[in-house]
Formats: sequence, structure tokens, C-alpha cells
Amino acid sequence: MTFTPHTESEVEAMLKAIDVERIDDLFQEIPENFRFPDLDIPSKLTEIEILSELQEIASANATTNDMPCFLGAGAYDHYIPAAVDMLLRRGEFYTAYTPYQPEISQGTLQATFEYQSLICALTGMDVSNASHYDGATAAAEAVILAYHFLRGKRKKVLLSRAVNPQYRQVIRTYMHGYEDLQITGDDQATSLESDLESIKSQIDTDTALVLLQYPDFFGRIIDYASLIDAAHEAGALVAVAINPTALGMLTPPGELGADIVVGEGQPLGLPLSYGGPYLGLFATKLKYVRKIAGRLVGKTHDIDEQPAYVLTLTAREQHIRRDKSTSNICTNQGLMALASTIYMSLLGKQGFKQLANLCYQKAHYAAQQIDKLDGFEVVFIDTPFFHEFLVRCPKSVSMINLALQDYMILGGFDVSEDYPELEKHMLIAVTEKITKDEIDAFCEALEEVTHD
Amino acid sequence: MQFPKELKFEKSDEWVKLDGELATLGISDFAQNQLSDVVYFEIAAELSDTVSKGDALGTVESVKAAAEVVFPLSGEVVEVNETLADQPEILNSNPYGEGWMIKIKLSDPSELEALMDANAYEKYCQER
Repeated sequence: MTFTPHTESEVEAMLKAIDVERIDDLFQEIPENFRFPDLDIPSKLTEIEILSELQEIASANATTNDMPCFLGAGAYDHYIPAAVDMLLRRGEFYTAYTPYQPEISQGTLQATFEYQSLICALTGMDVSNASHYDGATAAAEAVILAYHFLRGKRKKVLLSRAVNPQYRQVIRTYMHGYEDLQITGDDQATSLESDLESIKSQIDTDTALVLLQYPDFFGRIIDYASLIDAAHEAGALVAVAINPTALGMLTPPGELGADIVVGEGQPLGLPLSYGGPYLGLFATKLKYVRKIAGRLVGKTHDIDEQPAYVLTLTAREQHIRRDKSTSNICTNQGLMALASTIYMSLLGKQGFKQLANLCYQKAHYAAQQIDKLDGFEVVFIDTPFFHEFLVRCPKSVSMINLALQDYMILGGFDVSEDYPELEKHMLIAVTEKITKDEIDAFCEALEEVTHD
Repeated sequence: MQFPKELKFEKSDEWVKLDGELATLGISDFAQNQLSDVVYFEIAAELSDTVSKGDALGTVESVKAAAEVVFPLSGEVVEVNETLADQPEILNSNPYGEGWMIKIKLSDPSELEALMDANAYEKYCQER
């Protein structure tokens, strides 16, 4: 029941005033079977009692502070410096929204300006918006951008099968109403080794966008330059979904020729959380600035020559374009974008490189050790990878993961549901938080749980 | 406010200048004045596109609003004013001259009959 601040005598007085005997009489017009049902829930508890009961339930969970996490597949367990949360919770910043009377909130605009500048520097792109909900919705927005930039004349979007399966699902959901648009390239028959050749052969003058992931869903670092060239030759746009942490050591997609960069910003100082809130990164070349959803903040000066921040551009939103808008995105993950800005600023350029290097080195040590285990094999061993890799296991991944819980280890991602041909394949992520001892313990546990 | 006699006008404020079966199109002085400072013009058609009356011609964005421009006549696009992409402010300074947007070869000259002459359009603007 909702909290209704009326005493019984107040309710009685109100009923008397309108000459009704009982509250239920007011609902007689509604057929009984449509009225609020009796709920089968326990009787009321005091605040102290309910708190202790809920704490008991919560304590049955283990968090990534209790057990090392080798689970990634799009969201990663990185260390978040305490200053991130401390600054984030300041009252001045504590809103999820970009302000609707923006210039009055100079601090928020400055934070957004810095966020956009950092994302551009990281991705090698010219402009970044103030973010989307998450990586998947940002990827869908890239499809919308390409479709409208090419005036709806090109009806094909090619998705690499090595793009996060959830992103591909969300893209299809978002584009559901674009009935003439064909979203393809990732059918089950495409082998993951020949994925790129397959995509390349499907690029034609009807292709609006090619979406790639970098590093790809399996952690592989692939040089997309020739594929990007082929797409451009056909007049198509190329979007690259990135992991921001990896860009601490990889060539930014802007330099590879990408038109649009999208990505999940969660690794940039946001805690792991089922369903978010996460952060959708979205950056493009200047050419597409008019087609970007959301806002762009610019820096200028006021009449007293003091630095001032302004909303430079809001080109596509409903409140500007009304029914002609091409995106329904008017807001963004403001607070999450701020968290990532604080995180990136705290680490700095050097720290960010070190972080990427730590992830890379630890993941490579783990891959080496796991590959030595009886019955385990790192699948794409000859392809460069970042901090995630695919392992063929001797038993089903769900069984292994269940058994690993007894060792207080959170195992990797079971890819068999999304990639049926990869039965017994585990995607393992290693971040800077994982220690060498934890990797060794993981290997031992893997060996024990798979050998009877 | 100018309403050149040699032009024809559509209710949605596009003007048409006819030269045989070639029609030059743009937006009226009244329209640019209502929009105030134009900051961006995005064209929605390409050379050799076949367009119908009512199709989107482009979007004019000013500091106040974004307005859609439509084709007042059907035909085939034969020339596009590329200058407007870089200098959209011409739409304010010279809407009937350098501010022309697109030229089409008419496919249905009978559509001209539905357009207003300068006098009718001037009256129409005054009443709005």
C-alpha cells in the first residue's frame, strides 16, 4: 500500500462530506475482477524488523568484493577510486538529467564539456554527445544516425557476429519500426574465423552502416582498416563499438577511419549492476554533428571575458524538431557521465595507460596458465587480445561455474546460448583487480572441478 | 518585405521561379523574416532525384526554430545550391537571389495552377 498520510478520522470526515459510507463504495463502477486484488504477503513489520530481514536476505549474496570476478562480456569489475563516489554524491551534481535551463548550471555544463573532451581524446573522434543509456542503446543510435544521414535510401545494416549479442538484440528492438531496413550479417552460419570476409562480401551500395566491435566480443584485437576502407568505398558508414579501457593501449578507432564510435562506459568508474545505470558512449566525426542525438556543450566567454559554458548544439531532439526529430533521446546519463569524467581525470593519461597495460598483462598470464590445463584450450590463441579470451572447457560452463562457487570464484561467461556452436566455451575477463594468486587459484579450481 | 511579381508561392512559404519547364525554388522573404537568423540549411534531395509535390526539400534551422521546406511542385532535381551548406545566412540576406535552394525540371506543369501569385501571397501573409 502506498503511504497515505490520512488519519482514520480524516477519511471519515471526507466520506461524510461526500455522503459515502465506505471507500469501497467509490469503486463500485469498476467490475470486481478489475479491482486491486488481495495480496498474499506477510503481515506488517516495524522498520527495525524489516531492515534486519532485508539485510539477512542481502547477506546471502556475494559481491565482487567477496570473490574474484572473471566475468565480463561487456561489463567489467574494475577498481573505482573512493573519490569518484564522494564527488558524485555532492548535492550540486546529484541529478540524472541534463538541466532543461542549462546555462544556469555552469558546473554541470563544465562537467559535460570535460566528459565530451575526454571521450573525443580517447576515441580519436571530433565530437561526442553527453551520453546514452548504455553501450547497446548507443549502438542502436548509430544505426539510426547512419540511416538518416543517408536519407533512408540505403536499407541494409551489417552487424559483425563478433559484436556483443545483446547489442545486436537491442538494435533489432530499436529498429523494429523501420520496416524496410534489413539488419543482417550476423547469421548463425557465419564462422567466427571468417566473420570479417563474410561482412566484406556483403557490403554493397545499399549498405548504410557496418558495425564492428573493438576489441570484439571475444576480446580479439582485429585490424579493421581494410574493412573500413571497403565500406567507405561503397559509401557506407562504419561504427565501432569499443571498450574504453582497451583504448588506453590501442589505436583509437578515429585513426582507423571509423565514422561513429559507440561503447559501454561502465568500465570508466561505474559499479557492476544488473540493468544499470550504465553509460552509453557516442562520438562521431564532425561531418555527422548535425545528426547526433542529445546535446553538445561548448566553451566560450561571457561579456566580462570570463569562461562560460553553453549548449552549443541540440540538433535532433523532439523539443527542437518536434515530429521531425530522428531520435527520442532528449536526456542522457548525466550522473554516470560525471562519474566517468571524475574517474578518467583521476587516472590521468598515464594512469589510464597503466590500467590498460595491467589488464592486458594479467589477462595474458591467465590465458597462458589456463591453456596449460588438461582439457582446457584458449581458442583464438594466435590472435592478439586485450583482457578477455575464449576458452574451450572439458565440461559445460554452467556446471563449472556452479562448482566454482564453492571456491568463492565467479567464473567466466557461458557463450553457448548466444553461439550454439561454442558449447562448453567460457569467455574469461581479467581486470587489474585480479591478483596473480587469484589467477593461480582459479586455475587450480578449474582443474579440480573438471577432473573427477 | 518583398513579394516579387514574377514569382509564384506555396502556402508553406516556398517560392517558384519559372523558366520554361525549369523551376527554381527557395523560401520567401516572409519565411526568412519569421525564422530570424538562419544557422543551418540541410538539403534532403540529391541531383537527379525524382520528387513529388509535398516531398521534403530540406530543413532550415534558425536560432529560433527548425522549419521543414517542401517541394511545391513535382519533377526531377537538376541543380542544387551547394553554397547554402557553408553560408546559410544568404537565406536571410538574399532569399530570392543567391538564396535559391534547388532547381527542378517539372514533370506536371498543371500543378502550377494551385500556387499563389505575388499579390495573393502578400495578402495571405498579412492575414497570418
